Amino acid sequence: MSEPTSTEGLLRALAPQVLGAVVRRYRDFADAEDAVQEALIAAADTWPVDGRPDNPLGWLIRVASRRLADQHRSDEARRRREVLAASWSISPPDPSPGRDDSLILMFMCCHPALTPGSAVPLTLRAVGGLTTREIATAFLVPEATMAQRISRAKAAVKASNEPFALPSSEHRAERMRSVLHVLYLLFNEGYASTSGLDLARTDLSGEAIRLTRGVQAALPDDPEVTGLLALMVLTDARRPARTGPDGELIPLGQQDRTRWDHELIAEGVALITDAMRRGQVGEYQLQAAIAAVHDQASAYSDTEWPKILSLYTLLERMTGNPMVTLNRAVAAAMADEPAVGLALLDGLDERLGEHHRLHAVRAHLLELDGRPAAAIEEFRAAAARTTNAREQRYLTTQAARLATRG
Amino acid sequence: MRFMLLQNYGQVESDCPPMTEWTPEDIQAHITFQQVLNQELTDLGELVDAQGLAGPEVAKFVVSDGKSAPVVTDGPYPESKELLAGYRIVDVDSVERAIEIAARASAAPAFHGEPIRQPIEIRQIMAAPDPELL
Repeated sequence: MSEPTSTEGLLRALAPQVLGAVVRRYRDFADAEDAVQEALIAAADTWPVDGRPDNPLGWLIRVASRRLADQHRSDEARRRREVLAASWSISPPDPSPGRDDSLILMFMCCHPALTPGSAVPLTLRAVGGLTTREIATAFLVPEATMAQRISRAKAAVKASNEPFALPSSEHRAERMRSVLHVLYLLFNEGYASTSGLDLARTDLSGEAIRLTRGVQAALPDDPEVTGLLALMVLTDARRPARTGPDGELIPLGQQDRTRWDHELIAEGVALITDAMRRGQVGEYQLQAAIAAVHDQASAYSDTEWPKILSLYTLLERMTGNPMVTLNRAVAAAMADEPAVGLALLDGLDERLGEHHRLHAVRAHLLELDGRPAAAIEEFRAAAARTTNAREQRYLTTQAARLATRG
Repeated sequence: MRFMLLQNYGQVESDCPPMTEWTPEDIQAHITFQQVLNQELTDLGELVDAQGLAGPEVAKFVVSDGKSAPVVTDGPYPESKELLAGYRIVDVDSVERAIEIAARASAAPAFHGEPIRQPIEIRQIMAAPDPELL
């Protein structure tokens, strides 16, 4: 990876190293994280004016340590206890030589005690180096609310009494799943929210990819980490073609594939090929493999549907997730004929109930099957049930398109 | 998940008289309750916004065909019970949590400190599609 040139990029890259060094020295994760956040803000304020220090990492660690010492001193004073806090500021800690710190921090921030709603912002702040304000803006909540959410998340992590170290081998796999899930949700949040109206928002997908690259660099031999990175890269590659000029959703079948980012596709394909060669197939690898098949087709009609169908069949067996069955139904319809896909959907009513995706897929397959009247009903039912504005607009437009065609 | 919790001027499900008949203490307790609830939701990292709206007496309805001058109707309205009185927007982990918050708001102290039992409408705000959509 190339060195970031902007102050913001540099600060975000250094954040986990600074925090790792400070936590190692002073142990208190919650307070250390606050101090590092203050140091990052101080740097963002002063560096562009006074110039960047010769040793940015050392500067940040020194300032964060000083803040932490000040904080402890004032806490102590408030409690009217006579404790010598002077020793705190004598020598700032050295940056840790290992690159494990970011990884340890990832495990802490994605602690299973946290809900995804708090793990995601905590990760963005502690590992990603984003400010509370940036995170609050990205999630469209007031800064005070986001600050509270993060501090509660830290309190929960603190209450778990976990040492600042990698999880023991017996818990490692389970904890890794939490980390990957949080990164996946973060990516999805950004992927779903990109539109002309959201330009001021931090690029959450970009942050997710950056953080996942960090985890992958630390654990290059974990095929699921590589699989997740590949999935993100292969999905992000389609971003330029995914929305129209007015922010409307353009489905895969109608995207202008020349607008896809072919460099990213090449990278993603290489990553997933390497991961799957290791013979420990997992969910993220399968999803990435499916994305790779789509991304390598030069036209929608050239898509290798039988390959996609077999990958979804594997994924369904692995996860038992009815949403996967939904996608398998589309692949089956495309690989064979619409009726085959529709038959697969019949088994899903009980498990997915009135989920809008079931209606949307059924609508799509009914249209392919030459039954527009039934498709209109299903598009409308899907539009009424989705909780995403752009999806609603897409589904309503599909119903209108079929209805006006007569 | 973001939800809007709406309350209108509609009928409450208690015997509570209109606010104009409450004692000053009742009114103060009601307002304090709302402030405490908002602070609590902020501390939990859940509150996005909370606003009370000015009364139906100063509400306006505007209808336009985009060409001629718009038709503006001033209040008050016979159907004022259907108008929005205020709302909260919360960002929570589940619909169950939104229901819990709505239940708190519905039971705000009113006349003689009795719960007002005001119906709260819960509406989900459009958001990101399900992760499975990828």
